[in-house]
Amino acid sequence: MQSLPGCVSKGDMAYLTEHILLRHRDVPGIKTIDVYMAHGGYQALDKALNTLQPAQVTEMVKASGLRGRGGASFPTGLKWSFIPKDAPTTYVVVNADESEPGTFKDREIIEGNPHQLLEGTALCAYAIGACVAYIYGRGEFRTLFVDLQRAIDEAYQAGWLGQNIRGSNFSLDIHLHLGAGAYICGEETALLESLEGKLGMPRARPPFPTQYGLYGKPTVVNNVETLANVPPIVLHGPEWYRQFGTEQSPGVKIFCLSGCINRPGNYELSLGIPLRVLIEECGGGAPEGRAIKAILPSGASSHLLPGYNPELPLDYESLQAAGAPLGSASFIVLDETVDIPWAIAKVTHFFKHESCGKCTPCREGTYWLEDVYRRLLNGRAWPGDVELLLSIAEQMNGNCFCALGEFALCPVRSSIEHLRAEYEAHVPQGSR
Amino acid sequence: MTSQAFYEELQGVLKKYPVKQSAVLEALYILQRDKNYLSDEDIHTAAEALEMTVTEVQAIVGFYSLFRRQPTGKYLIQVCTDLPCALRGADAFYRRLCERLGLPPEGGTTADGLFTVEEVVCLAACDRAPVAQINLQYFEHLTDQAMDAVIARLREQG
Ligand SMILES: Cc1cc2nc3c(=O)[nH]c(=O)nc-3n(C[C@H](O)[C@H](O)[C@H](O)COP(=O)(O)O)c2cc1C
Ligand code: SF4
Ligand code: FES
Repeated sequence: MQSLPGCVSKGDMAYLTEHILLRHRDVPGIKTIDVYMAHGGYQALDKALNTLQPAQVTEMVKASGLRGRGGASFPTGLKWSFIPKDAPTTYVVVNADESEPGTFKDREIIEGNPHQLLEGTALCAYAIGACVAYIYGRGEFRTLFVDLQRAIDEAYQAGWLGQNIRGSNFSLDIHLHLGAGAYICGEETALLESLEGKLGMPRARPPFPTQYGLYGKPTVVNNVETLANVPPIVLHGPEWYRQFGTEQSPGVKIFCLSGCINRPGNYELSLGIPLRVLIEECGGGAPEGRAIKAILPSGASSHLLPGYNPELPLDYESLQAAGAPLGSASFIVLDETVDIPWAIAKVTHFFKHESCGKCTPCREGTYWLEDVYRRLLNGRAWPGDVELLLSIAEQMNGNCFCALGEFALCPVRSSIEHLRAEYEAHVPQGSR
Repeated sequence: MTSQAFYEELQGVLKKYPVKQSAVLEALYILQRDKNYLSDEDIHTAAEALEMTVTEVQAIVGFYSLFRRQPTGKYLIQVCTDLPCALRGADAFYRRLCERLGLPPEGGTTADGLFTVEEVVCLAACDRAPVAQINLQYFEHLTDQAMDAVIARLREQG
């Protein structure tokens, strides 16, 4: 019998013996169904169909401690359990909108290991009684979705999708759906609106999608990476999964490393591993041995993490305690040569560009923030402009209709809080 | 494209959904695909096919950034200059590209109508900066030389 993927200790740290999500890095050709099946593929679905009740699948995912990898970190099994038991129609919607600056992990799963995503989607559908699933991809993923459709076709041919899968009474169709350029459609309720053919603007919550989702039906929306975790959890069991990560943040996570770093890329690690493993061992440090000034750990939507604490454990609780939640784990590294107001102006431009315009505090606030940043960088800052940024942020705070507006404030406020001198340096002499 | 070809292709899309309107983004994509922009007629075609009002379809077209109402160059070159790429030299790469194509620093369309160049936000390829999409196809780990080679090839194709 083949040994299961696990951890090996090196020094004081546990390293993965092989990838659990990015399996294409260990198994060439796993994007084709033959190779996937030769390496345990679709065995989890087979196990579920033959030996597990739908509720037991949900229980396993709950017991594994898996949390959503799309940014909000909500416990996945708990979300599935919110679907009403007697609902005649339910949906699974896979969030493949991946548009957060600094995030490129879902794309690698889709390109490299697509069947694991499809199998995870099927397991979710089985657990919640859905017979239709949609994968919503950002419009820019059109060429990737040609290959993903090919994987879906293979799965139908092999009998893992379609009517009465493997002779069971479980049937599932998976459809691909492409967006058309809008970051806000990554927000789950805006995504559902967009899938219904409407403007991608967020809905009021509650009701949450598990009650009132796609076409008004109970719907689970999960991120690509989240669902890719499900087949190994169901196949090897929650106890196996919990050997990775920490008590409160179990499992593995793909960290997207970008910016001022020698080896940018995706790195799949046990949660809780120290920051130095990601930055130094994986990323090879900043170019030319430069010092790291700050890190944005969840893309543009980050609170800035000042300095570099090599021992910081990369788990949800430790990052939260450090004031910068892990979110999607998109680590943008800023080294000593980076002008912080310039960097935050870039992300502010992003949010202004992507504000959907539904509510005034976000639409106007991001506009004014960008305007002040432009002035600051052009050397035309007015005295008090740093205070002005904070005051615009204060007026937006708590008043935006969805999380995008609040995200826009995080990098602005946290960077001023930690590195205010860099801002003041942009205010011309004499006018301070 | 002919309206018959459009309707035929749309049938396959409509099968995926319980309501017609869900197909609106794909319908507009199909209509825009061959000429890189949507005409008034296209918007009417989509509205009629999906039983939506023209105003509703116009709002959709205005909301989503991949839809265009103005003709662009035959090849739409979208270079990411968002933060992670900018930290790896994307801003300068973009300016040099514009300069070599004889365009102003903010981009635009070449005189022969072949190329439109513009800046876009993150394309989920930050580890392979500088990156661009040309008519939605990825080009990664770009250098000036690599980009010039691509442009030369497209020029040859016409
Ligand atoms: C503005 C905004 C953008 C988002 N973008 C994404 C995205 O691109 N991909 C994603 O999976 N989740 C995104 N989310 C989170 C989703 O709303 C939702 O929490 C997630 O898809 C749920 O899946 P999970 O529990 O598996 O993480 C975004 C949220 C907001 C507020
Ligand atoms: S906060 Fe911004 S993105 Fe969210 S609804 Fe308001 S305008 Fe739209
Ligand atoms: S920032 Fe350029 S692809 Fe992400």
